[in-house]
Amino acid sequence: MSKRVGVEVSIAVADAVALARAEVIPAYPITPQTHIVEHLSEIVANGHLDAEFIPVESEHAAMSCACGSSAAGARTFTATSSQGLSLMSEILYHPGPMRLPIVMVVANRALAAPISIWNDHQDIMVQRDIGWIQTFAENGQEAVDLLLHAFRVAEDRRVALPFIVNIDGFTLSHVIEPIIMPDQEEVDRYIPPFKPHYKLDPRKPVSMGPVGIPEVYTEERMAHNEALKASKRVILQGWKEFAEIFGRQYNPVEVYRTEDAETLLVTMGSISETAMTAVDEMRNAGKKVGLVRIRLWRPFPGPEFRKAIGKAKTLAVIDRCLPPGAVCGPVGAELRSLLYRVPGAPKIFSFVAGLGGRDVTVDRFKEIVDKAELYAKKRPVELYEVIGVREK
Amino acid sequence: MIPELEKFVGFSAKNLPKDEPLASGHRACQGCGEVLALRMVMKALGRDVIVCNATGCMEIVTSPFPQTAWNVPWIHIAFENAASVASGVEAARKVLARKGKIPKKHVDILAVGGDGATGDIGLQWISGAMERGHDFLYVCLDNEAYMNTGVQRSGCTPYGAMTTTSPPGSQSFGQVTWKKNVPAIMAAHGIKYVATASPAYYLDLMNKVKKAAMVKGPAYVHIYSPCPTGWGSAGERSIEIARLVVETKVFPLYEVIDGKYIMSRKITKPKPVTEYLKTQRRFRHLKEEQINYIQARVDAEYEKLLKLSEM
Repeated sequence: MSKRVGVEVSIAVADAVALARAEVIPAYPITPQTHIVEHLSEIVANGHLDAEFIPVESEHAAMSCACGSSAAGARTFTATSSQGLSLMSEILYHPGPMRLPIVMVVANRALAAPISIWNDHQDIMVQRDIGWIQTFAENGQEAVDLLLHAFRVAEDRRVALPFIVNIDGFTLSHVIEPIIMPDQEEVDRYIPPFKPHYKLDPRKPVSMGPVGIPEVYTEERMAHNEALKASKRVILQGWKEFAEIFGRQYNPVEVYRTEDAETLLVTMGSISETAMTAVDEMRNAGKKVGLVRIRLWRPFPGPEFRKAIGKAKTLAVIDRCLPPGAVCGPVGAELRSLLYRVPGAPKIFSFVAGLGGRDVTVDRFKEIVDKAELYAKKRPVELYEVIGVREK
Repeated sequence: MIPELEKFVGFSAKNLPKDEPLASGHRACQGCGEVLALRMVMKALGRDVIVCNATGCMEIVTSPFPQTAWNVPWIHIAFENAASVASGVEAARKVLARKGKIPKKHVDILAVGGDGATGDIGLQWISGAMERGHDFLYVCLDNEAYMNTGVQRSGCTPYGAMTTTSPPGSQSFGQVTWKKNVPAIMAAHGIKYVATASPAYYLDLMNKVKKAAMVKGPAYVHIYSPCPTGWGSAGERSIEIARLVVETKVFPLYEVIDGKYIMSRKITKPKPVTEYLKTQRRFRHLKEEQINYIQARVDAEYEKLLKLSEM
């Protein structure tokens, strides 16, 4: 029987990795640290999980080891954050086209400089185009559930793609939450053993990672892109099966009080819980405000998002990333691109907020909605705005 | 002697394997000493092997999709990380064998890279894999510069050599640093087996690779690999140059077994280094002063090595 326990989210994530029976876990604990890796090494050391824990000398090596172990046919997991994710960057582009279903949890945090260990989404937004499936968790329960879903989908032979589950650094990774931990029998039913199409095996030799000459490179990249887009069907099926076994339903995009809403906040990750409180208060004050939360970031669920926003007139998008010199934040840019010249599309404003661990409070969300509604009435000079900057 | 090597039976002209795990028809240059060395490495290892190749000449010439020269499982990820990829493969096979998902039969895991991939950009990754004690062998095919990208200098480029990033000029005589001693760095990890080899001594090379594979835990073989294209040498002289480099004491052949240095070939009547230098255009600009320095330093380095072997 699954039971609800109060547990630090990082510890629950590590326990979920054990429930998913990961076989190789190459990981570097720092830059910056979460308890995920520490607890996993403990689980392996205690014999609770039959796996190889490789204490590598850097995140770049962690991802390199992960590519090797996944190619050799083992279920492979790693976790990282911030600078560590950046250090991995070169190798993050390999498992997608090579179709290696590595699963990784990223505890999202700011990038230096200045050095910061606190939460925002700048680390992962830099890695937007690595060609992995990516989801964002709102709370601890979701972190655990999305992780199990990641193993189920990534290794599906129709998918065979790497998968990142994003959880907010500190705000999720270091807090204690009540979480229902699934039991082993249910997880075994949900995640079948890993049976890759190809693996490194002297009985049936294959060459992996060859040179892509100009005559084949475009086709290879296109094949990867098509596979990523096509994975959505299995992602949805994975959530349907999840609901059947565990009783919790997940969707690519979630809505909260969007009925007849004129202005919608658009969020990703744990910030959404505060946003819901703000929506409640604004609704009580008679404002027609709702919330749309993006859970599936790659492949981007275009049709689901368009359906979720209904007939709203204004979108106030929260970007937890400031791309210097860009037209606006990455989520805002994505949505503008999605809705460009769509008849009746809402006006879209990108608000950069919550950088480097700065809290985004209920009042801030109200300020964002007020500003979005004001800007919607007249064309703004700036296409995006950094919210909550201290004047002195 | 370490226990794994007690059953070691060497190769001889009579029992050379005919099988070619690395097929011919690849795209290496004429007279390439590196691909010849790699062919010998693969002959020594046979087919029960998984190859993790760093980016470089050997990766490029053997794998232009949809062609491959590899008759054994082979993976390439990036330039610096072949040892990490090998670590992952090794760990995966360990757990899969324990769980009964693959046969328990031993399979050698070979990580292979050039001198740049080994001594420069990949040093940290190799060091990590050596320190963690994975059961694999690392082979460095050392052609003494970044040849795949147009002959740029590496830490393994010899003193005085001309490359595209160590050009001789009015203020320079080419490479100003002495060749990095990568085998010593590997031996410093306390691994059980380190060796140097040259394709001119092919039985010695193959025996060392076989020993490196038999040893449990990490092992390292550093192979001198002539590059006619990068060195400005005649393709048909590659083997001759690979012999001269040993006979002039420039590249001594030795093993480090469990920390003990053993000379594979003591050079009692060395030829002068000029015999070696004059075979290659990359040394053509050197003046007497530099050649004298090279001779003195080669003699001194060889003496140091001899002393180590007598300890």
